Amino acid sequence: MNPIAFLTIYRYQMARTWRTLFQSVFSPVISTSLYFVVFGSAIGSRITEVDGIHYGAFIVPGLVMMSLLTQSVSNASFAIYFPRFTGTIYELLSAPLSYMEIVLSYTAAAVSKSILLATIILLTASIFVPLHIAHPVWMVLFMLLTATTFSLLGFIIGIWADNFEKLQLVPLLIVTPLTFLGGTFYSVQMLPPFWQTVSLFNPVVYLISGFRWSFYDIADVPLSISLLVTGAFLAICLAILAWIFKTGYRLKQ
Amino acid sequence: MTHNIISISGLSKTYPKGFEALRNIHLDIRQGELFALLGPNGAGKTTLINLICGIVRPTVGSVSVGGFDIITRYKQARAMIGLVPQELTTDAFETVWATVCYTRGLFGKRPDPAYLEKLLRDLSLWEKKDSQIVTLSGGMKRRVLIAKALSHQPHVLFLDEPTAGVDVALRRDMWQLVRDLRNAGVTIILTTHYIEEAEEMADRIGVIRKGELILVEDKVELMRKLGMKRLSLQLAEPMTAIPPSLAGYGLELSPDGNVLTYTYDSQSERGMIAALLDTLNRLGIAFHDLNTSQRSLEDIFVSLVHEDAAP
Ligand SMILES: Nc1ncnc2c1ncn2[C@@H]1O[C@H](COP(=O)(O)OP(=O)(O)O)[C@@H](O)[C@H]1O
Ligand SMILES: [Mg+2]
Repeated sequence: MNPIAFLTIYRYQMARTWRTLFQSVFSPVISTSLYFVVFGSAIGSRITEVDGIHYGAFIVPGLVMMSLLTQSVSNASFAIYFPRFTGTIYELLSAPLSYMEIVLSYTAAAVSKSILLATIILLTASIFVPLHIAHPVWMVLFMLLTATTFSLLGFIIGIWADNFEKLQLVPLLIVTPLTFLGGTFYSVQMLPPFWQTVSLFNPVVYLISGFRWSFYDIADVPLSISLLVTGAFLAICLAILAWIFKTGYRLKQ
Repeated sequence: MTHNIISISGLSKTYPKGFEALRNIHLDIRQGELFALLGPNGAGKTTLINLICGIVRPTVGSVSVGGFDIITRYKQARAMIGLVPQELTTDAFETVWATVCYTRGLFGKRPDPAYLEKLLRDLSLWEKKDSQIVTLSGGMKRRVLIAKALSHQPHVLFLDEPTAGVDVALRRDMWQLVRDLRNAGVTIILTTHYIEEAEEMADRIGVIRKGELILVEDKVELMRKLGMKRLSLQLAEPMTAIPPSLAGYGLELSPDGNVLTYTYDSQSERGMIAALLDTLNRLGIAFHDLNTSQRSLEDIFVSLVHEDAAP
């Protein structure tokens, strides 16, 4: 591991973030506020409570997770797709860097950015509803684990995509639906039995459940299963990446 | 004593769709030399460079740089190399300074602002150091790519068609820089399809055609061959074979038997032509015309690359 090279890539990626900080921060703050107005106030005035928790507060972990997932995927996929698109990838490929070092530095940057945004969303949410965090260490752990896993997924998408449409297709067709169906705005237990069973195949359910547990001590599925599923997802992403680098898929001919 | 900084042996490259871009290349590059790789478009020059630099994978064969195998000890091998790619591929919104620092960092080298300042000044880029790359002209971008390649003080520099589409001023600056680097001991491998460039700059010249390295020669040796003249005799009667008494002249007979060619060094000809003509006369071989010609590197190159590919 070369610390200088790692920091170089990390800083370069983060510099891009700072340059676009205003739009990166502004739009999630606006959209979170909108969710609170629509779901928290409009719908929340009818539902009031889920599992004994104020509805506005109940949706916070889901909203944070949702932005963590989408941001991680889009940051990482764009970060690696862009040099492939412009051709500057030659520089990474001809530098004395292992693939491991490249993935680590890109992932670290994508994770930092999405955690930064998640934190901002959490702060925005605290303006609207009283927040209570029962297990802060677990909360941070879940954020890190999720951001890492989905940044790796984004990295894979960024390597697989050979045009901008594909780059946006996966987040649009897979990640967003999975998040919406993952219990962001409801408890899985509120669904009819059939859909509860279907939900068990959605990895995002486990993430949101575990994350919500770290806030309110309530969960749709046991914590251990949440961790297990997230860990398995992480392992799958790592395995795919290992294969990509072994074969040079879409990177080296 | 010279030793080889790059050793290529039995190298072939077949692209995934089955196109064989390089075939069984054997080549040694000597430490400190300026090697020019000549060849028409599509000959495989870029493929060869990209292969050595780690951008393309070899199909078979091996390459070592500074004694390090490019696959098993790629870190050490790549650390020695600077690459100026053929295409003008740069980031857009970064500043010149940031992008040059970035490349140096990728190679794991500590920041050295004094060195980078000198480098940018030498390339007339210092005034532009805070400009975004997107605002620069094509020639300036080429300079940025050169600065990036040199930012980590490589031992070997690859220049892939550095003067394609470049204006006269930059070309002159570039050659000055290349000479300075060479004097500082950097090994330089450049590709070009401008023969004059190779002629002026190179220590050795390699010619690549359809993925095969068909000639590698010292430039001086090539120039000596350039000094060779050819005397062609249009025979009155076609000849089936060169008579034994003419064996000492190294004559060539055209396939149709009508033209006899004598190749000689114009500086040290010493009466051989007179002797040849005398012998022909004695043998009663008549000719109705004669002419002399001088081969240029261009001719050699053209005849090499336009011959139909060997199987
Ligand atoms: N990525 C690729 N996939 C398939 N064929 C390629 C690829 N890159 C280059 N080629 C082919 O390999 C040959 C050599 O290309 P290249 O090395 O770029 O030649 P040169 O640099 O001498 O012009 C060309 O016929 C080109 O079409
Ligand atoms: Mg080329």
